[in-house]
Amino acid sequence: MIDKRFKIANKIFKSRLIVGTGKYKSFSECAKAIKTSGADIVTVAVRRVNISNKNKARLMDYIDPKKITYLPNTAGCFTAEDAIRTLRLAREIGGWKLVKLEVLGDKRNLFPEMIETLRSTELLTKEGFKVMVYCNDDPLMAKRLENAGAVAIMPLAAPIGSGLGIQNKVNIKIIRKQTKLPLIIDAGIGQASDASIAMELGCDGVLINTAIAKAKNPSQMAEAMKLAVISGRKSYLSGRINPNLFGSASTTNKGII
Amino acid sequence: MNIKNKIKITVNGKQMQIIPELTLKSLITKLKMPLNKIAIELNKKIIDKNRISKIRLKKGDKIEIVHFIGGG
Repeated sequence: MIDKRFKIANKIFKSRLIVGTGKYKSFSECAKAIKTSGADIVTVAVRRVNISNKNKARLMDYIDPKKITYLPNTAGCFTAEDAIRTLRLAREIGGWKLVKLEVLGDKRNLFPEMIETLRSTELLTKEGFKVMVYCNDDPLMAKRLENAGAVAIMPLAAPIGSGLGIQNKVNIKIIRKQTKLPLIIDAGIGQASDASIAMELGCDGVLINTAIAKAKNPSQMAEAMKLAVISGRKSYLSGRINPNLFGSASTTNKGII
Repeated sequence: MNIKNKIKITVNGKQMQIIPELTLKSLITKLKMPLNKIAIELNKKIIDKNRISKIRLKKGDKIEIVHFIGGG
């Protein structure tokens, strides 16, 4: 079965794995992991420049935004106004319109504040941004985001950075059934099998940061995630067998001696 | 120049003293910031980077200079 292209806001991407650039030991380790992951989109954050250390290395010196799509995020924003201010600045750095919206509501569990997230989605869309939205796994909220103009629905699988894997497969499946928008699991992946499961549930992609950056061998884990995403996608497209409570012998009894 | 003639501004939360009427472009050059990798806010308004040579800084101005860092 030929797979349809992975398209977000009318742009085609080769890899269904999106990688975060935070938490790595160094920029070079981050760049190496991104290379082995095969990702062509990476998330980035907007922060103050360190004016007292002008020679400090910059992310853009290691990861070329001409070769890899930068997806600016709104990490650390707790209101729609914060998020809009951040993304306007990101756009000013280099014209980015495809963005990842992430408005949090609680510093401990890092769950999205969905009322502010919805409001931000509406406002940013009106301003011409193409908004990929980090959200909870509530199908009703996902529908509202879609109606507000989101270009991708990105529910969490578990809290950000927790590595707990997909906690609510049913909700993800329901969201899959109801939306034609790209559905991308954002947050909670811990190991390669989690990424495969996400793809087997019918997701279009997976966004992973901590599980790669904090692995003992980030570059190798990045490759594992790449393969897991490909594997899970193929498995989903191949049409799995129906699960059965009882066994079904693989070898025929015909001709038994 | 006599220090008394200098004015105070805030850049990324830190106080700085500059000569009056310094352009935003001169400040960015002085700070050695690569223009293609940053965005600038002056008193909470985003500044078009093509216009920074025309902007003269005033006492009490608050400037934010941001760039991309690693994030999820």
